[in-house]
Amino acid sequence: MGGPTVTFEQAVAKYDPVLGLEVHVELNTETKMFCGCPTTFGGAPNSQVCPVCLGLPGSLPVVNADAVASAMRIGLALNCRIAPWSRFARKNYFYPDMPKNYQISQYDEPIAVDGYLDVDVEGETYRIGIERAHMEEDTGKSLHMGGSTGRIHGADYSLVDYNRAGIPLIEIVTKPITGTGDKAPEVARAYVTALRDLLRALQVSDVRMEQGSLRCDANVSLRPSPEAVFGTRTETKNVNSLRSVERAVRYEIERQADVLSAGGVIVQETRHWHEDTGRTTAGRTKEEAEDYRYFPEPDLAPVAASEEWVEQLRATLPEPPAQRRARLQQDWGFTDLEMRDVVNAEAVDLIEQTVAAGASAAGAKKWWLGELARRSNDSGVALADLGIDPDGVARIETLIAQGSLNDKMARQVIDGILAGEGTADEVVASRGLVLVSDDGALTAAVDEAIAANPDVADKVRGGKVAAVGALVGAVMKATRGQADAGRVRELLLEKLGVEG
Amino acid sequence: MPAISRDDVAHLARLARLELTDDELGHYAEQLDVILGAVQRVSEVAADDVEPMSHPVAISNVFRPDRLIPGLTPEQALSGAPAVEDERFRVPRILDEE
Repeated sequence: MGGPTVTFEQAVAKYDPVLGLEVHVELNTETKMFCGCPTTFGGAPNSQVCPVCLGLPGSLPVVNADAVASAMRIGLALNCRIAPWSRFARKNYFYPDMPKNYQISQYDEPIAVDGYLDVDVEGETYRIGIERAHMEEDTGKSLHMGGSTGRIHGADYSLVDYNRAGIPLIEIVTKPITGTGDKAPEVARAYVTALRDLLRALQVSDVRMEQGSLRCDANVSLRPSPEAVFGTRTETKNVNSLRSVERAVRYEIERQADVLSAGGVIVQETRHWHEDTGRTTAGRTKEEAEDYRYFPEPDLAPVAASEEWVEQLRATLPEPPAQRRARLQQDWGFTDLEMRDVVNAEAVDLIEQTVAAGASAAGAKKWWLGELARRSNDSGVALADLGIDPDGVARIETLIAQGSLNDKMARQVIDGILAGEGTADEVVASRGLVLVSDDGALTAAVDEAIAANPDVADKVRGGKVAAVGALVGAVMKATRGQADAGRVRELLLEKLGVEG
Repeated sequence: MPAISRDDVAHLARLARLELTDDELGHYAEQLDVILGAVQRVSEVAADDVEPMSHPVAISNVFRPDRLIPGLTPEQALSGAPAVEDERFRVPRILDEE
């Protein structure tokens, strides 16, 4: 089966895309939403369960106070109104990952409604309306056995682990996002990125898309013009990275434009995103309108958020990430482009901490976005997890500023730290990394270099100052890179009687 | 005019994965109609100033501190499962072949 024949440019020239994004975020509370089981990731199967989250008869849920507070803080940070009266509801359906045969969620009385989040794409601000944020519980995790490639289709049977069942989940739903035109994929990505940064700043979640603690479903529809009614939408699931959000939206726009251009109709359905092929495939068709028979959860008392409680939580909100970035950019004296690189590299916190530990902003940026970013890319390990902390980078910068290390030696210090040889100072000591800038020690090497390269020396004497580089190289080689290159150059020019 | 039709009952039975015979459908439709009628009388009594309740007791904000409570071991958790594999609940095929 071939991909769409309509290009993205043709698609957005002909149709106006409308998006709706649903983000599920797992809270980082110690315990689950309705029971005292732990929420840690990666435990042995079914080792973090109890009668409540297994849905055993006679068990009763009790709401986690911190989860409610986190939900309210998320709502407030998204400029939502916190409902003074909010209830849980049962969403009834049969699926093995939900042992109760219903999920406790919120339906017509969510905790937070009607907010917005501003996101920037290429210098333009898009205000994304937030319809609601509500509390619910996560489901268990299924492994599909037999058949091909572990997919649910064609599987013979499934194995279920309920460790994740009951972990507090906040679902954040946007209003229809219109007016983005050809920027729709970028806006979708920017929104999820901004939301992730906000949730991280709130410290309510690990927001690790690769571990599933932040998940995005993307609704996409097309209409002939911005004045027309919304077209039929599809909901793409399994979009598990920021890059995938952008790619999946772009693909769905192309695919739908292809179908519509050929005179076809879009079927309202769930689609699955495949990272490997960069395409979506059809999942369940919603032939019959889903009927979850929602009703108020009789086992739980309503949540009444007093004004006092709301204001108390509002006072705990962090500086909004966009505002913080603007402040730091000014403090650091970075250009817009430099700051964008820093943000894209996810190095804002790292640089802030490195500067706090005594490094200059420029120095901190140089290492995190240069040498360390390269190593992060090569190894696929996130910058923050590389194994060198802001204190280490700050110390290296200090040693360079003091003239006791050059850049080449600093890279060796980084090697040592990443290899687990200890702190910057310990690596310097154990590897004997001492910058030779002492003239006495360098003079011999300088004399040798001149004697060994008479032709070059003559050129320099004759006025070709640039040729001195070869001599500097020779000295650096002789001193195994531990010489202060700047001082070597000065000494060479002095010896050769040339003005630098 | 009954409050609930046979079709409604058939729909609910399908959602609840209940296989009902034709006779049963008629039987339950009648019974449910009586029950709904009884509930209907409550709304006749309840004036506009009475808030609908989802809980028999007028309470709110019943919370638990975010502290660990020991749960079950995997052995205990799986002890009632009809089938177990790799410390997980083994369940029949979820989607029918298309």
